[in-house]
Amino acid sequence: MPDGALPVLEVEGLKTVFRTRGGEVHAVNSVSFNLRPGELLGVVGESGSGKSVTMMSLIGLLPSPPADVRGGRVAFDGLDLLHCTPDQLRAVRGPGIGFIFQDPMTSLNPVFTVGYQLREPLIKHMGMTKAQAQKRAQELLELVGIPDAARRLRDYPHQFSGGMRQRVMIAIALACDPKVLIADEPTTALDVTIQAQILELVKELREKLGMAIIWITHDLGVIAGIADRIMVMYGGQIVEQGPVSEVFHRPRHPYTRALLKTVPSVRGVREAKLNVIEGQPPILRAEPAACPFRDRCAQAFALCATANPRRYPVGPGHDAACFWDFDTGAPRPIDAIAGAAHV
Amino acid sequence: MFDAVQKPLVEVAGLKMYFPITAGVFRRQVGNVKAVDNVSFTIFEGETLGLVGESGCGKSTCGRAILRLYEPTAGAVRIDGTDVIAASSDTLRQMRPKMQMVFQDPQASLNPRMTVAAIIGEPLDEHTKLSKAEKLAKIYALMDQVGLNRDFANRYPHEFSGGQRQRIGIARALALNPKFIVCDEPIAALDVSIQAQVVNLLEELQDSLGLTYLFISHDLSMVRHIADRVAVMYLGQIVELAPRDAIYAEPLHPYTQALLSAVPEPDPEAEKSRRRIVLTGDVPSPANPPKGCNFCTRCPKAMAICHETEPQFREILPGRFVSCHLYEQTAGEAAAPGARSEHTEKTIQQGE
Ligand SMILES: Nc1ncnc2c1ncn2[C@@H]1O[C@H](COP(=O)(O)OP(=O)(O)O)[C@@H](O)[C@H]1O
Ligand SMILES: Nc1ncnc2c1ncn2[C@@H]1O[C@H](COP(=O)(O)OP(=O)(O)O)[C@@H](O)[C@H]1O
Ligand SMILES: [Mg+2]
Ligand SMILES: [Mg+2]
Repeated sequence: MPDGALPVLEVEGLKTVFRTRGGEVHAVNSVSFNLRPGELLGVVGESGSGKSVTMMSLIGLLPSPPADVRGGRVAFDGLDLLHCTPDQLRAVRGPGIGFIFQDPMTSLNPVFTVGYQLREPLIKHMGMTKAQAQKRAQELLELVGIPDAARRLRDYPHQFSGGMRQRVMIAIALACDPKVLIADEPTTALDVTIQAQILELVKELREKLGMAIIWITHDLGVIAGIADRIMVMYGGQIVEQGPVSEVFHRPRHPYTRALLKTVPSVRGVREAKLNVIEGQPPILRAEPAACPFRDRCAQAFALCATANPRRYPVGPGHDAACFWDFDTGAPRPIDAIAGAAHV
Repeated sequence: MFDAVQKPLVEVAGLKMYFPITAGVFRRQVGNVKAVDNVSFTIFEGETLGLVGESGCGKSTCGRAILRLYEPTAGAVRIDGTDVIAASSDTLRQMRPKMQMVFQDPQASLNPRMTVAAIIGEPLDEHTKLSKAEKLAKIYALMDQVGLNRDFANRYPHEFSGGQRQRIGIARALALNPKFIVCDEPIAALDVSIQAQVVNLLEELQDSLGLTYLFISHDLSMVRHIADRVAVMYLGQIVELAPRDAIYAEPLHPYTQALLSAVPEPDPEAEKSRRRIVLTGDVPSPANPPKGCNFCTRCPKAMAICHETEPQFREILPGRFVSCHLYEQTAGEAAAPGARSEHTEKTIQQGE
């Protein structure tokens, strides 16, 4: 840790495989990263690149079978979450690590009112009385921009529109002031003005509560505005990672470079034709023995088909898993490749 | 680009689409959801008109009413010279091939039990008398056109990715050589890089086939890319309509200003200095819009008159339409362009 602070969450060599009828799907391949206290880590990548499965794996949310978390270590609060009892994990979820999912219906219970679902964790984990919890629940709904909050507490999840349900989810995740908040595409389904309100809210809460946040999104604009650090995933691996301005201004992985070129802007120069990344992310039937991006990569050369690059340091706190060196405009020297240590 | 030679293909005047709200056992009508409330615009041949606005503002209803997939409450729609609203069912049937729709969710709009060939060929069965061989040739040609591999003609929709399914939807929309296509959030369900592929395809098809699009989207950066002109909707009404570059460079309506200011910029440095106009409050219900201007309850620049009188949707600069009391005065000074732009700049600064 360059700033000396101990990470709140440490993930080391995480591997998750799905056993399906068609064979194995290697969704997460040796993923390692740290989350520092109070930092906002943005995670990007096309769908299917392993963002959700990585986060679900580390908090034990994937049903097994079909998921098989094959290896790794997830250190949080003195525990290895991969070797915890279900009870220990339940105690971590909520006040320890809060989750906001892409699809709110997966974590809202259809048979309880929204008010009940907001009050429960407040009473259970925060030791509030019912009256206190009721008041806080209303505040939380107001906080996330739900009109007529007092009355809406009595409604069931299905009585909310998609966007409103997402806000309820955010309110629930924030209820216990978690140390770590993992948000999986929480604003993807929302309108920009609402998204802007939620992003503003998250920035505020982060300052106030000092929680660390992992924010998964495919919207690079969102990341640019809120993240301290960015992690780019592809083929179940971290292909590039670094401080947000570093990665945006000096991207060192061809995938990151391509991703950054595909986003149109409402303000900058308008391109005559949108840039695309042809093809699609792979579905990996085995742990990748070569670079998973090589088929779509303009930079690929012979070595990329025979070895899977490690993460090479490319700048302060910045690394990229690529054999091509954009600074020299040539492949990395062979000995650097052979001798590279895992970052 | 928007000179006098441009020919209007779609002309919409005073379009209203109200959905009745009923109550009680006798389903007595107690009110109306004013989903589209007095909307007028023109789409020129070969252009793309972007229709933007937040969910629930009436974009889809507007697109559907124009194609007369709904029976509008009031208003007129002419497509290629024919009055679509007044048309008999026979005339409408003859019109159908000319006007098509591409939907948001390619999954939901494709019959899962039909092969790709059957899906693309269905409109041909209904509207043409092609032989089996001719039909297959046409299906293959359509698949080529949208970049689908012919070998997959006998596969089912679930075997395709989201982007490919949207290509199937587009191929079907193209089957009868339409002139006008309403694209209702065609990329909203797709991954960013796939969105770009589909937008590029729509643009290529427009160039090669001379298509005219109404492109409905809530994605302001994609609309900036694909649209020639942009209409902004709020609570059932168009509040601003202008050529693309003008509206993005200098939005006039306070709602357009707020909407554009909310879009994040994919650049961390730009994000630090981006100034946002935060709208407070909620969008009122379309069943009960406010008195005066529909936006007055949330407008940072609302004046007394805005709570009383509904502003007129009018052309205040060549090609620039806006419905806002801030510009009512300007609209009168038609012959003094210098004074106009000065006024415009001033109000923009006030907004920030
Ligand atoms: N339940 C499952 N069974 C089989 N494969 C799965 C399952 N869930 C996810 N996957 C696969 O794991 C990979 C990573 O998925 P995911 O983490 O959801 O991607 P992202 O969140 O980046 O879009 C994909 O190839 C996906 O198809
Ligand atoms: N068939 C319908 N019956 C009643 N209300 C409807 C119907 N379709 C849409 N609405 C209402 O009309 C308004 C506009 O909806 P819509 O056109 O779908 O908006 P958008 O496409 O901009 O999200 C919304 O308030 C919606 O609830
Ligand atoms: Mg995901
Ligand atoms: Mg719609």
